[in-house]
Amino acid sequence: MSTSISTERETFRLSMLLNDKRYRSYTFQFFALLVLICIIAYLGKNLVENLAKAGLNISYGFLEDPAGYDINQRLIEYNSQSSHLRAAFVGVLNTLLVAFLGCIMATVLGVTAGILRLSNNWIVAKLMTIYVEIFRNVPILIWILIISSIFMGVLPQPRAFRGENPEATMLWDMFAFTGRGVYTPGPIFFEGSLVVIGTFLLSIVSIFAFRRYARRKLYSEGKVIKTSWISLLLFFIPTIIVFYALGSPIGLEYPELKGFNFKGGIYARGSLISLWFALSIYTGAFIAEVVRAGIQSVDKGQTEAAAALGLRSNFIMNLVVLPQALRVIIPPMISFYLNITKNSSLALAVGYMDITSTLGGITLNQTGRAIEAVLLLMLFYLAISLSISAVMNVYNRSVMLKER
Amino acid sequence: MKKTVFLGALTVAGLAAGLVSAGTLDDVKARGTLNCGVSTGVPGFAEPDANGRWQGFDIAVCRAVAAAVLGDNNAIQFVPTTGKTRFTSLASGEIDMLARNTTWTLSRDVDLKFDFVGVNYYDGQGFMVKASTGITSASSPEIDGVTVCIQTGTTSELNLSDHFRSIGMSYEPLPVESGSEAVANYMAGSCDMFTTDRSALAARRATQEVPTDHVVLPEIISKEPLGPLVRHGDNEWGDVVRWTLNALITAEEFGVTAANAEELSEGTNNAEINRLLGSEGTMGEMLGLDADWAKRAIMSEGNYGEIFEANIGAGTIIGLPRGVNAMWTDGGLIYSPPFR
Repeated sequence: MSTSISTERETFRLSMLLNDKRYRSYTFQFFALLVLICIIAYLGKNLVENLAKAGLNISYGFLEDPAGYDINQRLIEYNSQSSHLRAAFVGVLNTLLVAFLGCIMATVLGVTAGILRLSNNWIVAKLMTIYVEIFRNVPILIWILIISSIFMGVLPQPRAFRGENPEATMLWDMFAFTGRGVYTPGPIFFEGSLVVIGTFLLSIVSIFAFRRYARRKLYSEGKVIKTSWISLLLFFIPTIIVFYALGSPIGLEYPELKGFNFKGGIYARGSLISLWFALSIYTGAFIAEVVRAGIQSVDKGQTEAAAALGLRSNFIMNLVVLPQALRVIIPPMISFYLNITKNSSLALAVGYMDITSTLGGITLNQTGRAIEAVLLLMLFYLAISLSISAVMNVYNRSVMLKER
Repeated sequence: MKKTVFLGALTVAGLAAGLVSAGTLDDVKARGTLNCGVSTGVPGFAEPDANGRWQGFDIAVCRAVAAAVLGDNNAIQFVPTTGKTRFTSLASGEIDMLARNTTWTLSRDVDLKFDFVGVNYYDGQGFMVKASTGITSASSPEIDGVTVCIQTGTTSELNLSDHFRSIGMSYEPLPVESGSEAVANYMAGSCDMFTTDRSALAARRATQEVPTDHVVLPEIISKEPLGPLVRHGDNEWGDVVRWTLNALITAEEFGVTAANAEELSEGTNNAEINRLLGSEGTMGEMLGLDADWAKRAIMSEGNYGEIFEANIGAGTIIGLPRGVNAMWTDGGLIYSPPFR
């Protein structure tokens, strides 16, 4: 009776690496890994040797040298005397800017189109089908070029705004839509503006706190507090009061035609807008499909059960369907966000100075340090992609099915 | 994708050394074709004609080298390169020589490990604007804030930056990949000004519908000696390309043309012509070629002057004057060391 259990623990023998199913796969994987390492080491050694033979060496010293070229869109201080490193950093920020804007707009577009595709209205549903099919089946580079040329061709150039009877006029004297980009009024900050911004941030925090309080009240006492009105008041009133109490410390600067271009205000370049729109519309089409799939994956019985409980249709969507659909939607969304970030490297097609155009383009070209620059680029895209997926994975975990 | 590029770079670097060590001259002879890197298209300098045959001032250099080395000026594989890809193509051994309006600079010569074999066109960077803008000078205060179309990866990009810094004015660069794209942007009005080497500006201007609507501004903001280049370290091959170019120049100096080269090669009483055309001395042998190499190079598309006139000279739509690119005997800079 009590013989078997203790003796079944066999001692490990070397031959088991091949004969035993439990270890065999490890053996193969180990050898595969070894071969892979050898190949990479061979290529690496080859590279270093050949570079040495050609009198070249891998060095990042060039990053300290003055870049010598100008960049049109810079979010931080930069001029042609700044270092290549700083130029790369300007590019990084430009990449992040267009990726961030692209992710937001793609999500909005995608979710809207995905839900509308399920609409009972035949025309709306078909229109969304057309949108999805057209945009996801044409390469993104072509969309970038199409949007950019439409932008350039349809909108008037700044010189059309000049003269006694200009061909084009500004919208409300505030916005100028030109083939080179969109000019909007920008804020100028005077003394005391920090207080206003601080108040605004505080009121946003208090809105969240208030909603939390209302929810707790609902769960513990079953009392329903109307949050929407109070949130709205909290959003506007304190900031407006502080703004006028301090004598309007934040002003608006309007764009004005000076010389060849508009000056002042905020200038969103045509390249940024084309790239941003193309990335969002293209990726939005994919997101729409995932959203549709996610909603359809929720069993019909759930909707019917919620309806049987007497929930209104928007509650059914928000409280029952969407939370379950999100489990399906979120994982593929991570890769769409990654795609937007990586596809933004097509920026040079419209002359947008992202990291691939600065570090991987002009810097690489002017210094001839191809390997160094490409390695740095890889490192950047890897780091940014891993951080995006890390953040999204945290969110994914929060909406995942919680097993208790 | 990035990984592929990296692995590609590794492989390319691996291949490069292999090719360099074998000797490009032998490689070209064994292959039977010359891989010549050219631009993606600049009217007059390098452009395929209606029949798809590459024509132009830079192309003629490739053809002369192919004629000298292989005896056939059509045994060429033309590899179009952009401002960004040209140096990688050459360094990796994809092309044997680069004849593509490339400026000879110290860093390219020394740091990037190339050898410029000479200058076939002395150029300078200029600006082109639409006549309707009324601009007459690239340093007047009225150009402050101007948007400038600029080809990335070129020396022009750096010169532009230096120019505006020195006149203390602001500008907005609009970077584009190729010259044609820059012109398209300029025509659409996305930029007010287009800057590149003046020869290319003249070529672009000439090919517009109404050339007189565009003005090339008088400022020359840089020296741009353009010439063919080869990889550093393969001196035999560098010598072949260098002396082929010199042969074209010497031919013009001594009046040897495509038409009379055959006749003159019988022997003349000018020793320099005799050495050039191979009836005297062993110039070809020294280069690892036969005695008729220079004769074939000259008969390919003519001597330097003939090539200039046929492609970009006053008689063509480009209509460039010889200017500083005249023979040294006419007060220009075009000068070849002696064939001795």
